[in-house]
Amino acid sequence: MNTALPNPQTPASLSLYGVSVPSRLLLGTALYPSPKVMADAVKAAGASIVTVSVRRESARANSGRGFFELVRSLNVRVMPNTAGCRTPREAIATAHMARELFGTDWVKLEVIGNDDTLQPDLFGLLEAARALIGDGFKVFPYTTEDLIAAERLREAGCEVLMPWAAPIGTGRGLANPYALRSLRTYFPDTPLIIDAGIGAPSHAAAAMEIGFDAVLLNSAVARAADPVRMAGAFSAAIAAGRTAFEAGLMETRDTATPSTPVAGTPFFGLDKS
Amino acid sequence: MLASGPRPSQISGSIAATLDTPMQLKVFVNGEATVTNAATLAELVAQFGFAETGVATALNGDFVPRGSRQSTRLAGDDKVEIVSPRQGG
Repeated sequence: MNTALPNPQTPASLSLYGVSVPSRLLLGTALYPSPKVMADAVKAAGASIVTVSVRRESARANSGRGFFELVRSLNVRVMPNTAGCRTPREAIATAHMARELFGTDWVKLEVIGNDDTLQPDLFGLLEAARALIGDGFKVFPYTTEDLIAAERLREAGCEVLMPWAAPIGTGRGLANPYALRSLRTYFPDTPLIIDAGIGAPSHAAAAMEIGFDAVLLNSAVARAADPVRMAGAFSAAIAAGRTAFEAGLMETRDTATPSTPVAGTPFFGLDKS
Repeated sequence: MLASGPRPSQISGSIAATLDTPMQLKVFVNGEATVTNAATLAELVAQFGFAETGVATALNGDFVPRGSRQSTRLAGDDKVEIVSPRQGG
């Protein structure tokens, strides 16, 4: 059942906080076998946004500098995350540190509530989102498919929502397609980006087919045997899924219906004589 | 202990030495206990060899902007975070 028919007035290009984004694939920069593979994967994905983080620097190592210079050379927009933060206070301080380092007010806001599922703490997420929006951030909240949390985040000023498909790093695809379709239906005009849990290009295509605006993934590409080729596969799948959504999927049926015309079928009725 | 304690002249001498040389503070930098004579967050960042613009800082859980590090004085047991750009998902 196609719940969210595309609006013909909606432009095909994605706009996030007023910024036109050419690619609907957002790629993480972690877990690659090497910095070069990461850079090549970003190019093969055609990604225009990559996620980054901040981590403790060790004395005189300056390990952050080389990475940031490499990312800068890719000419993509960076979206820092607050990965690993467990309280609003940690997330708020981390977001501020990231804004200063990366020179962007965009933040992928994560407030993690559980170590096993890495499930967002929706209460802490909302608290941190409110504070950061007050501080001038453009908040991209990593959330669940919960409708009320989504409503509150929108009210707080989040112009984009990023629900999970499945827990981070599991690669299980859309764990709750019904809830994700509901979210799409309830928020027809809010950019919705699937963030986390995607394992295969078909998962990403499925998310795009039900009308999600973009997909953010990392492990599925970085952990592939050939990350660069997998980046290309995801790019193609996401483009296909988006085109399919815009083209309007057929209605599903419970019973078969022939595709070949019945009228004029040879031998029709002969066995009944 | 009393018998081996410092005589009054030595006490005043040690106070004078303290005033001459910067105070030694125990602080926690990125979770590790460190003794430093840095008086400010800016000095601490410099002592660790970090480029001023290559790192961001927090003190006791709160962000300290680059421009405020010079005026941010350190106290004993302060918890300092010094971070830099890194890969992320």
